[in-house]
This record gives sequence, structure tokens and C-alpha cells, in this order.
Amino acid sequence: MNIKKFNTIPEMLPIKAIVKETDTIWTFVFDAKVDGWELGSKPGQFVMMWIPGFDEKPFSIARDDGKEFWLTIAKVGPATEKLFTFKVGQYVGIRGPYGTSYTFKKGDHLALLAGGYGAAPLYNVALHAAKLGCKIEFIAGARNKDLLLYRERVKKLGGGKMAGKVKYHACTNDGSEGFAGFNTVYLEELLKKDKTINKILTCGPEVMMKKAAELGVKYKRESQVSIERYMKCGFGVCGQCCIDDTGLRACKDGTIFDGKTALKFKEFGIYHRDSVGMKKAW
Amino acid sequence: MTNLKVKFCGVEFKNPTVLASGVLGVTAASLKNVIRNGAGGVTTKSIWLNGNQGHKNPTMLGTEHYFLNAVGLSDAGIEKAKDLFTEYSKPKRLAPIIASVVANKIDEFEDLTRAIVELDPDVIEVNISCPNVEDKFGIPFACDPMQAAHATKIARKVLNGLKSKIPLIVKLSPNTPMIGRIAMACAEAGADGFCAINTVGPGMAIDLKTRLPILANRVGGVSGPAIKPIAIKCVNDVWKATKLPIIGTGGVMTGEDAIEMIMAGATLVGIGTMVYYRDVSGFGEIVKEMDAWCKKNGVKDLKEIIGCIK
Repeated sequence: MNIKKFNTIPEMLPIKAIVKETDTIWTFVFDAKVDGWELGSKPGQFVMMWIPGFDEKPFSIARDDGKEFWLTIAKVGPATEKLFTFKVGQYVGIRGPYGTSYTFKKGDHLALLAGGYGAAPLYNVALHAAKLGCKIEFIAGARNKDLLLYRERVKKLGGGKMAGKVKYHACTNDGSEGFAGFNTVYLEELLKKDKTINKILTCGPEVMMKKAAELGVKYKRESQVSIERYMKCGFGVCGQCCIDDTGLRACKDGTIFDGKTALKFKEFGIYHRDSVGMKKAW
Repeated sequence: MTNLKVKFCGVEFKNPTVLASGVLGVTAASLKNVIRNGAGGVTTKSIWLNGNQGHKNPTMLGTEHYFLNAVGLSDAGIEKAKDLFTEYSKPKRLAPIIASVVANKIDEFEDLTRAIVELDPDVIEVNISCPNVEDKFGIPFACDPMQAAHATKIARKVLNGLKSKIPLIVKLSPNTPMIGRIAMACAEAGADGFCAINTVGPGMAIDLKTRLPILANRVGGVSGPAIKPIAIKCVNDVWKATKLPIIGTGGVMTGEDAIEMIMAGATLVGIGTMVYYRDVSGFGEIVKEMDAWCKKNGVKDLKEIIGCIK
């Protein structure tokens, strides 16, 4: 028996660097490979991060190139507030990677539809998909241009060797950059114009992802969505993240689901549950 | 063909595997998914009258030998439970559902039992043995024969008053040197059967780097492969002491583990932590493994081997 196979004790890693995206969104950088441990994640997967002595939360992986991995984290509650007091060199516990991943193959023409923080994990998709030889339309949505997370990184990805392979499309509610309006409206126009786009991979607010999955059905393109739920264990045991009516677990059977499958979920885009299992509307 | 159907306190289960309380038990959809994966019945996560927040994360961790958890009995209370039972029963129940109930004051079991009867569970399991709330609520009732009997008596009185035929079982703790005596006290107080055992310990795991206990609650109940021999021995003690039906729970990972539990005295076999090691599909696999063992060993009906050890 592989002695480490069933080990879910957090791996203690020092924070290697902290990149401030905005005042309230920071990217924490870690080594992806240390003695006897390797993250080995696939795009779309997440990790559980233990803030020692305080709390442990799931975070999606914004980059894993085998050497480093990044977690881009928004300060939204007590746990992340605590984390934002941490300095480079301090240790946190990481377990994972967990969950399913986005799937794509060489030659795919991908529409990556990102809403808000969803840009971070989709950047990881873009990174891997571009290397594999996919063509990428990265459609980011935010309230205004200052909230277009990862804009420069994605644009940079589209330069140099990858020139023409990755195209960045900004959509802002206030029109301060790019298309003025919802990114789903922009996506629909793009799908109408460009019949070669064969997959829509999306991450962001659930209402947006639901719309994207519906567009996938309407225009006969495959879609993949990322369903986030309140999680405790991250490995499919506690039952906190089960999705109605299927009982599938967001953490293990997801988080990445085929869009058509997700559209059958009674709660998709409608409600989720809190830490004691009560329903909450989105 | 082996007869894997069993009757437990008069309730029929299509096979002896039952989802243990605390695993995959937050929603009706999740419980139904466990049934679709082969379980003969399910137990809800423990239900409080008024809900309970539970502990912060980390709440669970595991190794190849053991699993440690301190979820802290998080639950939203009876209103959510009503929703769960309604959903679980739509359009009809696929398998029996056991309502696990918990309270931090013994007297609260009265109102709780009354409220639970209205949901019409197939069995009521009084959880007096969770070690995760010790600090908050003191030593589990299940570690004291008087308190264990008192909790049982309260629930019994409510059921009798309502003329309810719902079987009443008590979930026992292994963390006492006298589980047999405690079971006897509960039997005298009106228990129809038992679930044994709850998690062992509590235990602790320490991170060497930060020198901190990993679980936010510092300590948590131990389950998984390591506790099987303790569970087997406790089930046998309870069986010898009472001869009442038992849901034998603790460390069951395979069909042969389940057979061992039945030989110790169990009628049903509780399975929870197995999901960590084999995933939810393990329920169906274990049933197949039990069937294969029975065929190979000429056992036609599981009744033949309940408590059969010499």
C-alpha cells in the first residue's frame, strides 16, 4: 500500500512571495515541489489551506507550472483577514489538490468566460491550454476596469510565442474598458460570429455560469462550469457540499461539471447551503 | 443466493449496510445518493432541536490507519430536518432512514423526540456519545450509566405517550470500561436496540512545524481501520449483555469486516469513514463482498451468524 495515499494531513509550506493584485486581493506563491511532496494539480482543481490555529478554507489554484503554485485570495472574512496578516516565510498548511479539472485537448478553440475572481483559475487553464496548442478567447467580466483581475497576465500570455493564440476580451458593467455590459452578452455574440469555438469553460458567479451553460446548449458547444459550495473536508466525506437533487459532492464529483449536467441540478444558479446546511439564495 | 435482507427492530433493510451518522448526511439528496450506491439504509447527521454551529476547520483528516474528526455536530435544527425528511420521502422512501438526535441537556430529548416523531423516521437513534463536544458540554452521557439510562427513559416516555411504534436505539460510546453495563441500563430504560460504537478517544494530531494541534477543536473522534478491533469487542459486549439488535459500527472497510461485525453480535453494519478510503461506491462493493463470502462459506441467511462467535 502506498503509505501516503490516504494521508490528508496538511503539508506545511512557507509563503514564498506575496503579490498584491489590489488592496484586498493578494496572490500567495508557494513551491509546487518540496522534499517528498508535490502538488501535481490540473487546471480547475483546488487546495485546502490551513491558516494554523485559525481556520482552513478551500482556494482554487491560479497557476501550477510544476515549479510554483499560486493562490489568489480575496479578503472577505475572518479567515482571509487572518491570512492577510501573514508575511513571506510564514507557514501555512496545504492539502490537495482536490476536485475534478477542466478538460481540453490540442486543437480546441476555447472560450474562457471569467467573472470576477474566476479569472484566476481560468488563467491557469489558459496557461496550460495555450502550451497544449489550443486557441483561446479569454472573456473577462467585472464591474469596472480596476476589477479586471489578471488582465495583464492574460494579455502577456497572448504575446511572444503565443501571439495570436490567446486573445483577451474585457467586459465591464460601466464600460470603463472593452465591451460595456455583461460578458455573457459578449460571449453570445462571439459564439454567433465564430463557429470554431468548440468549448466554453467558465468560472465566476453561478448565475453567469448558468447563462454560459445555456448558451452552450443553444449554440451546441460543450461547456464546463465550476460549482463552489461551503466545504469542510474537501475529499467527499462530510457531505456539506452536496448538490440538490443529485447528491453529488461539489468537492469530489466537481467542482468542474459538464454544463449540461449542471443545468439539471435543481439548485444551480438558485441556491447553495451555509455551514450548517441551510439553503441560501444566490 | 444469500438472503442479505435483515429485519432490525421490525424494520426491513434490503441489506445490512447502513450509512453511519455524520458522513454524507447533511441533505436528502446526499442520503438518496448513498442508497443508489448500494447502502441498505441511512442515518441522518445528528439533529438538534435548535441547531448548533459546530467547529471551525480543520475538522477532518486521515491517514492509512485512522481518521480523525471534530465537525462538532453542526446542524441547522428541526426545521431543516423537516425539509430533509420531506425530500427524502419523495416520491417514496428508497430505504429506511434513521434519525440521529442529539442534545446537550438531557431534558431537551423530550421536545426533540416529540418533534422527531412527527417526521416519521424508521428508527430513532439517540446520540449520547459524540466525543467532539466534550469541552463544551462535559463528558458524554454515554459514559455514565445513570445519564445514559435517563436520556433513554425520556425518549421512551415520549414515544409511549404518543403510542409511537418507532424503534428507539441508543448510540453508545466506546470510551468507557463498562459499555455492557451501560447498554443494560439503557435496555432497562426502554431501548429497543443499539448503535455501537461512536468514535474512539478523542484523539489528537499535532503539526510538528507549528507545534499546534491540527484540528481546530484540538481533539477529535478517531474512526477508520484502526478502531475496528475496539468496535468488534464493544459490539460483542453489548450483545452479550442485552441480546438486543445492534448496528455494529466502527472501522468496517470491507465485506469481511462487516461479516466479522455480525459475528460479534450486530444485525446491521454501520459504515461511515469507509467513504474516505473507498468512496461512496464502496457500499455496493461491500454488499457484493458480503454476498461472495456467504456463498463461499455456505451461509444462506445472515441471521445464522449474528453473534455466532464461540
